[in-house]
Amino acid sequence: MSAALSIQQLSKTYGNGFVALKNISFEVQKGDFFALLGPNGAGKSTTLGIVSSLVNATSGKVEIFGHDLAEDMTAAKKFLGVVPQEFNFNAFETVYNIVRTQAGFYGMAGTLADQRSEHYLTKLGLWDKRDTPARMLSGGMKRRLMIARALVHEPKLLILDEPTAGVDIELRRSMWDFLQQINAAGTTIILTTHYLEEAEFLCKNIAIIDQGAIVQNTSIKALLQQLDSESFILDIAENLQVAPDVSDYQISLKDQHCLLVEVKKGQSLNNLFVQLEAQNISVLSMRNKSNRLEEMFISMVEKNLEAKSEQ
Amino acid sequence: MNSKELSIALYTIVRREVRRFTRIWPQTLLPPAITMTLYFIIFGNLIGSRIGQMGGFSYMEFIVPGLIMMSVITNSYSNVVSSFYSAKFQRNVEEMLVSPMPNWIILTGYIIGGMARGIIVGFIVTLLSLFFSDLQLYSLTTIIVVTLLTSILFATGGFINAMLANSFDDVSIVPTFILTPLTYLGGVFYSISLLPEFWQGVSQLNPILYMVSTFRYGILGSSDINIYTSLAVIVFFTVSLFAIALRMLNAGKGIRT
Repeated sequence: MSAALSIQQLSKTYGNGFVALKNISFEVQKGDFFALLGPNGAGKSTTLGIVSSLVNATSGKVEIFGHDLAEDMTAAKKFLGVVPQEFNFNAFETVYNIVRTQAGFYGMAGTLADQRSEHYLTKLGLWDKRDTPARMLSGGMKRRLMIARALVHEPKLLILDEPTAGVDIELRRSMWDFLQQINAAGTTIILTTHYLEEAEFLCKNIAIIDQGAIVQNTSIKALLQQLDSESFILDIAENLQVAPDVSDYQISLKDQHCLLVEVKKGQSLNNLFVQLEAQNISVLSMRNKSNRLEEMFISMVEKNLEAKSEQ
Repeated sequence: MNSKELSIALYTIVRREVRRFTRIWPQTLLPPAITMTLYFIIFGNLIGSRIGQMGGFSYMEFIVPGLIMMSVITNSYSNVVSSFYSAKFQRNVEEMLVSPMPNWIILTGYIIGGMARGIIVGFIVTLLSLFFSDLQLYSLTTIIVVTLLTSILFATGGFINAMLANSFDDVSIVPTFILTPLTYLGGVFYSISLLPEFWQGVSQLNPILYMVSTFRYGILGSSDINIYTSLAVIVFFTVSLFAIALRMLNAGKGIRT
């Protein structure tokens, strides 16, 4: 059974000599919700650009549902929908025409194209704006417009390059719900994002790319299990001047009402609370210092950077 | 894509192109009508009456076919160069590049859009010329064939220009420094038989001369150049430019990194 996306030995060197991708290989299985993460300039957009036929690969092979993008481009592209990072529609065109025209590019006939355009614009809350020129939309609406446009031909593989960048929290949550719905309905989704809680919340599998190479390709669950420790912030009732002395835990005072505790992998939190209670310190609330995936990501990228500087 | 899907994709591009230039008609259809009316009044009526006969016809009769062809050339070219460059600039060209449409459909769609504007403007100028001259139609077939080929040729030229352009300045360089001089030197306002023999030879290197002369033959039945030679030259340039444009598009010149 062929994967939704198969990338084999893909490399890209730009005209100015910059090596953006160094023989990367990975697969995304059918039905997956896959995160492609990496710092700025790591090669994420180049990879997705090649898959979207917007960037010429230097070498390597891309297959979409078993169709070679170089040799069977038309068949491969039919399966693919792309939501790019930058707005790439005619700003003077109306919302409806942008989506309806895209349907035409896929050879979709009149009534079906009309129905699909209405369906996806309604789903994404843009039907009331159908006659509005795209330039008049808010940033969030423009992002939703690009999603509606990418879905109008009902692709089996949807690529979203930072779809929630600059989108407010409420809208981001509703977009997450929508993406989970279409994933549950069978669409394979590849997501790049700088919001790592987004990747942790939505995605099943992950590839981390750094300096043009894949440094990790596994499930989110397996990746998080690699975390050696987690940092928690405890809000406390008392006014402390120095950090309490708690054995087995590394603890510091963040401010007078706030403690920062590092908990090692496999270490129980019960003992921590017992020791704090014994010192008459009441914990009011507790939260992660940062997103777990974010901690993992930062440590991984830092390690990669150190390894490069040592070479 | 099957043939039905290909025809829908082609129709989508053509419809969008035609809608674009008709929506902004004060910028696309009105200016050439005003410019050509001024040419008819100034060159045809005021100056032309003092020039007398040109190539056996009144000066007004002589310049009308040239001015119609000049309108077709300019508008076919500028429609495609501005539309495709704008699509590059706003990045909505990516909408087409990610789709399964083959490149030849994209190219053909833009060419038909350019032809539509060139032919519509040509028709408007033809109607305006009726206020100044009695138009003959010596060979309707020649008129149709040369108009179609010329509009295809210059729409394709506009597409190549747009692919190579990196700024809006690049879009205007070719029309200003190449197209306009070649058009003026292509026998629109004079018969090349008036030129010394050497310059007649040089003029024959100008492809626009063949189009203007053939179109004039279709209307007046008289041409500076052999009609079959002209058609062969036009077909050669049209096929060559189409092949170059398609090759550039396949390579992603100016649109893919």
